[in-house]
Amino acid sequence: MPKNKEIRLIDEEGRRVDGRRLDELRPFRIEAGVLKNADGSAYIELGNNKIIVAVYGPREAHPKHIALPNKAMLRCRYSMATFSVEERKSPSPSRREVELSKVIREALEPAIFLEEYPRTVIDVFIQVLEADGGTRTASITAASVALADAGVPMRDLVAAIAVGKIEGKLALDLNGIEDQYGEGDMPIAIMPGYNLVTLLQADGIFTVEEIEEALSMASIAIKKLYEAQREALKKKYIKIREEVLSYEQGT
Amino acid sequence: MPIYAKTKSIVVPGELLAEGRYQAEGAVHVEGKRIYSKAVGVVEIIQEKRRKVIKVIPLKKKYIPNVGDKVLGKIIDIGVTNWTVDINSPYPAILQATEALPRPTDAARMDLSKILDVGDLIVAKVVAFDLTRDPLLTIKEKGLGKVTRGTLVEIDPAKVARIIGKKGSMTRLFKEILGVELIVGKNGRIIVIADDKDKEALAVLAIKKIEREAHVSGLTDRIKRMLEKYVKGG
Amino acid sequence: MSKVHDVLTTIKRESILSLLKRGERIDGRGIEDYRDIKIETGIIGRAEGSARVEIGDTKVIVGVKVEIGKPFPDTPDKGVQIVNAELVPLAAPFFEPGPPGEEDIELARVIDRGFRSAETIKLEELAIIPGSKVWVVYIDIYPLDYYGNLIDAAGLASAAALLTTEMKKWRVEGEEVEQLDETMPLPVSNVPVYVTIAKIGNVLVVDPSYEEELVMDARITFAIDEEKRICGIQKGGPAGLTPDEIKEAVRIAVKKSEELRKHLPTNLK
Repeated sequence: MPKNKEIRLIDEEGRRVDGRRLDELRPFRIEAGVLKNADGSAYIELGNNKIIVAVYGPREAHPKHIALPNKAMLRCRYSMATFSVEERKSPSPSRREVELSKVIREALEPAIFLEEYPRTVIDVFIQVLEADGGTRTASITAASVALADAGVPMRDLVAAIAVGKIEGKLALDLNGIEDQYGEGDMPIAIMPGYNLVTLLQADGIFTVEEIEEALSMASIAIKKLYEAQREALKKKYIKIREEVLSYEQGT
Repeated sequence: MPIYAKTKSIVVPGELLAEGRYQAEGAVHVEGKRIYSKAVGVVEIIQEKRRKVIKVIPLKKKYIPNVGDKVLGKIIDIGVTNWTVDINSPYPAILQATEALPRPTDAARMDLSKILDVGDLIVAKVVAFDLTRDPLLTIKEKGLGKVTRGTLVEIDPAKVARIIGKKGSMTRLFKEILGVELIVGKNGRIIVIADDKDKEALAVLAIKKIEREAHVSGLTDRIKRMLEKYVKGG
Repeated sequence: MSKVHDVLTTIKRESILSLLKRGERIDGRGIEDYRDIKIETGIIGRAEGSARVEIGDTKVIVGVKVEIGKPFPDTPDKGVQIVNAELVPLAAPFFEPGPPGEEDIELARVIDRGFRSAETIKLEELAIIPGSKVWVVYIDIYPLDYYGNLIDAAGLASAAALLTTEMKKWRVEGEEVEQLDETMPLPVSNVPVYVTIAKIGNVLVVDPSYEEELVMDARITFAIDEEKRICGIQKGGPAGLTPDEIKEAVRIAVKKSEELRKHLPTNLK
């Protein structure tokens, strides 16, 4: 984390580089069912982040021996497009992408009824098209929608956001610059219906009290994302219903 | 004992539907007295004689075989004494030669590809399935066997019940109004058999319309009017 | 290499759970107890620093090499820290040879983040010719015997190795660097220790052993620095933790960090 004394991340009025307050989320939108081929899919924009997720499965395991006898195997691949970042990223998977694929999978697993499809595989493919801080949490939020869109049985949706530290203060949803020049970042994923934290990581320095406060801050933002996830899933069907009913009324 | 969901509304995983002593069916999971939806689906609240049923019908579902199901399969591989059949499921099925031939014969000496070749479509029945091994099929009963005519349409397996309708009421509409026969597989595959191409095309459109509008009430009427309109020359 | 999924019978998970209800673990420990810890340093002659740690039956060896290399473009006047881990097949029957899998990479990155957040290695003091030559500190982690909780053992071994690393002094003449025979300790301060807590059912246990890892729902690792601040967190495993469990876990971790720290060699300055 290079520190640049020239950059002020919070101004005198408490506003951040993009004008937000410390506890403000960036503008976001979530859409479900955006891809034809995938069994389920979702698209999220959060600030400048643009991420698309496709779910294939439950489907047959290839090769067969990787399948688990009593539950479905969840596989997750987080990948950043070469043009998603400032300096072109090499197309081969980086160590960061490998780690993130693992933690994202572990964030989604608790929500899925894997036991209902033994000996099968559920694949989650995450493609980051544009990155600006907080891609792993945005990916989790979109992946939950894609899984539900695919008809995968789930206990709950999982929504996620990161809480960071800039100039000694906790700030919600760090963007790229804040992540780069700040003092720490804590990505958090929660299953809101169960109040269960399924992703928790941190880098930088935090006190015990800051961790507790960060969890509270994240919970509030996550509730907003959760509402948007639900709306995105219902939207397609409500739209069809409205179309049919208005057509019927017209004829 | 509150019910939170409105009947016929769309619900999503984790949504709390009701709390209390209700019968919960379909894509739901129960924790103590709370009934939650497990899927994106339509909730139905049905009043039975002495109790209320809270049911969620999912809008998308992969096909998991049940013994007794009629399915439409595609031959994808030929073994020494069996065929591997794609039944549009995460579980590929096996059709053993003994379940395809009328009399017990020395299956190993037969060239199975002469009976059923890769790419062939069959109407089959599931005779065995448990979650520890792949499903087994048979084509030995009446009405089963290789499909020789018609057009294949694939829909989401969750919508199959709507294609059939209550006690076959929907498939009957196709037959009575349009003269089109539908062979409906529980696995989301349908064979459309019509005596002319236009009727076949209309039937396919109607099937797609059923799939799309399955969650909007009044579907049977809408399909009836769609088919009648064509027959009347509209 | 990847850890092959091991199918433990339900009976074993249930017996572990029923013992835990009474505050007991299958190896007789209390739920907040570490297994026996042994540390040896300076065991690999060719490495500038090294340490071998045993936590119970888990054995990890870490070697530190300090070599001249290029700085990162955005920090031309700082040394470089690189952490690598290899889950070699000799350590467990289910570790397979091959390129790093997700577990090797996660282990390395978690250890790396703890030291980086705590700014343990004083990278500003490791520039040789700013912009072109700096010292690169390679921390390489090799588990030798896997019996649960690699993270804490690897963390302790890395810390002990760094604290006892002796690097060559150097002299710069124009564009040339001369490495001298005289050595100096690697400049380090604020060394973190790593405490991993597993959630089994709804009990939190410190330092999960192999059997406990097979039945655990989730694990959470905290990196704790010398001022008892948290300089790294990593939750792992296919289940979740409630906010209350996390709060309890962090408090336990801070408490245990003091105990772990006592095993480290003091930074002789």
